[in-house]
Amino acid sequence: MDNLLVAENVSKHFGKFTALNNVSLQIPRGSVFGLLGPNGAGKTTFIRIINQITLPDSGQVLLDDHVLKPSDIQHIGYLPEERGLYKSMKVGEQALYLAQLKGLSKAEAKERLEYWFKRLKIEDWWGKKIQELSKGMAQKVQFVVTVLHRPKLLIFDEPFSGFDPVNANMIKDEILQLRDEGATILFSTHRMESVEEMCDYMALIHMGEKLLDGKVNEIKRQYKSNTFEVGLEAKDPENLRKELETKFKISDTDFKSINDDLKLQIQINPDSTSNELLIYLTSQAQVNHFVEVVPSVNEIFIKTVTTDA
Amino acid sequence: MRNLKLIIKREYLARVRNKAFIVMTFLSPLILVGMIVLIAFLVNLNSDVQKVVGINDESGLFVTEFEDSKDVAFMDLSDIPLKEAKVIVEEKEYMGLVHIPKILGNEPPKIQFFAKEAPAFGFLTQVEKTIGSKLTNLELQARGIDVDLIEESQSTVSIEIQNFAGERTSKMATYVKMLFGGAAGYLLMMFIIIYGNMVMRSVIEEKTNRIIEIIISSVKPIHLMLGKILGTSLAGITQFFIWVVLGGIMLTIVSSIAGVEIAAVDGPQQQAMEQISDNELQQLVIDIAKLPMLTLLVSFLVYFIGGYFLYSAIYAAIGAAVDNETDTQQFLLPVILPLMLGIYVGFFAVLENPHGLVSVVFSMVPLTSPIVMLMRIPFGVAWWELAISIGLLILSIAGVVWVAAKIYRVGILMYGKKPSYKELYKWLKY
Repeated sequence: MDNLLVAENVSKHFGKFTALNNVSLQIPRGSVFGLLGPNGAGKTTFIRIINQITLPDSGQVLLDDHVLKPSDIQHIGYLPEERGLYKSMKVGEQALYLAQLKGLSKAEAKERLEYWFKRLKIEDWWGKKIQELSKGMAQKVQFVVTVLHRPKLLIFDEPFSGFDPVNANMIKDEILQLRDEGATILFSTHRMESVEEMCDYMALIHMGEKLLDGKVNEIKRQYKSNTFEVGLEAKDPENLRKELETKFKISDTDFKSINDDLKLQIQINPDSTSNELLIYLTSQAQVNHFVEVVPSVNEIFIKTVTTDA
Repeated sequence: MRNLKLIIKREYLARVRNKAFIVMTFLSPLILVGMIVLIAFLVNLNSDVQKVVGINDESGLFVTEFEDSKDVAFMDLSDIPLKEAKVIVEEKEYMGLVHIPKILGNEPPKIQFFAKEAPAFGFLTQVEKTIGSKLTNLELQARGIDVDLIEESQSTVSIEIQNFAGERTSKMATYVKMLFGGAAGYLLMMFIIIYGNMVMRSVIEEKTNRIIEIIISSVKPIHLMLGKILGTSLAGITQFFIWVVLGGIMLTIVSSIAGVEIAAVDGPQQQAMEQISDNELQQLVIDIAKLPMLTLLVSFLVYFIGGYFLYSAIYAAIGAAVDNETDTQQFLLPVILPLMLGIYVGFFAVLENPHGLVSVVFSMVPLTSPIVMLMRIPFGVAWWELAISIGLLILSIAGVVWVAAKIYRVGILMYGKKPSYKELYKWLKY
């Protein structure tokens, strides 16, 4: 597979505290990669290592198949979780400054900024100072500054915090657009629904260790338990329940339904299929509802983190 | 390098455009000139009133010796008894009354001064001197010595100082050297305190604005730190320059328009100047011209820049270590202390004995050397001493910048914790 970023056995200690322990990751080119983990898991340390803010104690990080070097900064766009701007500096001036630090010429930076400001409908803010803007407004400026130099790798640490739903959606669409234009995106978050929505790949870090990583769909497949949620309409529900209990592991469940059904979760053997279960059920009762229980990223997250601890 | 330039430019503009900075730049000379005018005015006001002092001289030998001056007039109250004289002085609100009893034998007279408030020290000395010299003369006369003869035979001596190479210098040259050195040292201290603080605040500002991580993902911490120090010092030089120009212009305007005699403020110096003969004045000009100007200028620049860098790096590290300005107190004392020490050693030890052990040692120790050495240089310092001192300074700058950069690199990303010295030490090992 073609990976843009590869981390090999990266470890980082702060005194006696281990922030990262032998973490290896591959981030495929053109993907949206979700980096998950509870607070203090080591996500930010990992991201800082990619940004060469801190150096790993051991291990190495490869970008485009070569070890990271200082000039790679130009190819990375980073929106940190702790983000802000100079309060007393004008928006345009400040954006120009930050863009130039990333290696753009002044003229080029100005041209691109004008494009982005128009696109996000913030062109009126050019001459304003940050202290006159709301937090969400400032975040938009930060977003523009992050993507302005068209980096190969974009790193967003909790990008949606502070945005209202409308603007969060707008930023989400912009991120996906950037992906379609060829950028690779690394997402660090503990908002699971955004991972589910946007990410192709994910990795879970907990207490400095990588617990799992891979394609989101594959991970979900790994974590499925062959459980199905069914709604059955039968003349004698009690009898049916007893009948089912002898064959499968069942438990009560609840979901919205217009029928007065017997609502159950049924777990089958890994070697049997959903069709076999469905055939059996239709022979016993009227099947009004039949859904495979797919673990959400949230459930996987909680399950992995708690069992590990 | 390109980034360093960008950072310096931004820091410079951020400082210079700051409203407080602009106000201070243009207000300070106004305040300074205002104060000078005020002091001049007050001094004039003070000396306008001529005070009256009564003299009760029982023997009548001394009263003629007291001469009226601009400040004090003497009133002869010798004919009335002491008690009544006191009453008169009190009623008329004179400054006081000098009582000189009759001389009995060889005993020196018990002279008394009566007043509501304690008199100025200078005035008392004046009175003592007047009576003392008269007493001496009386004593000499009593022993049959002609006082006039002594006065005629008195001669003034002015020592002419020469070094072994045969170059003449004057006493004034020493004053000039003191002035040069003292001004340079003091200037450096002020510069470090004012602009070092500015560097520190600018680091803290970046932390509180939470922009630091965005910046630091684009530039090296050391570049950011150097950029801040350089940008801020350029702003400082701009401010100093404006101060000097504005101050000069305003002093000229004020003194010519308002007609206030500003020169009157430096009365003692003026007197001293008057005492110098033309010959000495000539010598003085030669002396100033003979001061090692090139060495002075070059070493001034070296120590000024070196000292400023040394301290600014420390200030930057302090800024990085804390979250807000109130937390800086515990770290600031160790910075101010060597500065004060440098100034005190400079003004006491160096001016007393520029080549004494204390002066030499403190002009070698890096934290005090910029100030102390600047004060020593006008008196002539051996080249090897300069070499050692500058060498040590450069070494310690490298060391301090290295340590500061480490603390800076870790500290700028730390929030919410007030670090201890122990913690700072730990950061060095990250």
